[in-house]
Amino acid sequence: MVRGRYKVVHYLNQFFAQIGGEDKAGIPPQIMEGAVGPGIPLQQALGDEGEIVATVLCGDNYFGENIETAAEAVVELVAPHRPDVFVAGPAFNAGRYGIACGAACTAVRKRLGVPVVTAMYEENPGVELYRREVFVIPAPRSVQGMRETIPKLAGFVRKLGLGQPIGLPQADGYLPRGIRVNAFVERTGAQRAVDMLLAKLKGEAFQTEYAMPTFERIPPSPAIKELSAATIALVTTGGIVPRGNPDRIEAASASKFAAYSIAGTDDLTADAYQTCHGGYDPVYANEDPDRVLPLDAARALERDGTIGRLHNEYYVTVGNATSVANAQKFGKAIAEKLVAAGVDGVILTST
Amino acid sequence: MGLPVVHIAAIVPISMTVGANRIVPAVAIPHPLGNPALPESDEREVRLRLVKKGLRALGTDVEKQTVFAE
Repeated sequence: MVRGRYKVVHYLNQFFAQIGGEDKAGIPPQIMEGAVGPGIPLQQALGDEGEIVATVLCGDNYFGENIETAAEAVVELVAPHRPDVFVAGPAFNAGRYGIACGAACTAVRKRLGVPVVTAMYEENPGVELYRREVFVIPAPRSVQGMRETIPKLAGFVRKLGLGQPIGLPQADGYLPRGIRVNAFVERTGAQRAVDMLLAKLKGEAFQTEYAMPTFERIPPSPAIKELSAATIALVTTGGIVPRGNPDRIEAASASKFAAYSIAGTDDLTADAYQTCHGGYDPVYANEDPDRVLPLDAARALERDGTIGRLHNEYYVTVGNATSVANAQKFGKAIAEKLVAAGVDGVILTST
Repeated sequence: MGLPVVHIAAIVPISMTVGANRIVPAVAIPHPLGNPALPESDEREVRLRLVKKGLRALGTDVEKQTVFAE
């Protein structure tokens, strides 16, 4: 192809780079020549003006578990290519991948001074963590949105590649970074605020100038005074369920949680329990479910008197692309049941 | 008042983002409370230590989001 005017390096996870699935989620960063996977339609959308010269890939678990080292390794792989733009994803609602995209972009921008952009779903935890550092193009929840996301991402890559100025978030189609820019406007802040309030009172649409964060902050609860007299409950988002998943908790985008009795059970064994969580390699959790829901350890601490009692039920859902609204709903419902049952504290484990 | 919760999970930045107030860093995403590379008795010890650390977090008053790393 024609040598492009600007050079692009693309970041993908092991899955989109077509290296493998969860079995390859532990691989460290590596680099390939040219465009791969979603890079191919991205290259087509860029046309002759830009060229994806290389693709960096990394396993999602490796990145998530070694964020700083992985980001540093990405920088070192990218640097020799001297790109004009670094682009990552789209990551849709894949949490580990979204964090990797955000962290890789942040490191490349800071260390190499290269403009960066990624794309992901607005509730991806990567957004909240990295939106201040990185341009994030909003994408749908799932990979089915690839076709609509690529042209938007390509348009933004082109702007960065050609060194065109980036305007306000609404105009240029990226998520607000929480950066305030001075501008002259007709009406004062007081007038604009009153306009918004009047619109709100009338039930009309209005656009806030300072959106509140999505994640609620809850003041910390007081500590347990006497652990040896306390009832402790186990809760997990890691999908540990009795074999066969009797309540059919979904592997992704869970719509429910469940409670299961552990009365008389001292250890979670592979013949009786499993994980129903999608998105991570289930081999380890299925071999020994205590690796996710530490019942054996909690029972040992109950026996030796460290805690008073272990609550006789545990609660479980799947935290994989689960909506924040559902997660809040589950959390509130579980908390109410635990308080009603006289539980004093909770060990919540997540994969 | 309310119920104290300790979040034991591998990726601390996620725990921080979602607002956990007591956080204990865990081993790895697919096996937060275990390490399949270790012999079984050592693995149980790792798990016991993490749960004990979690209990220590539940027994500690915090003013803001706190990571119990040590």
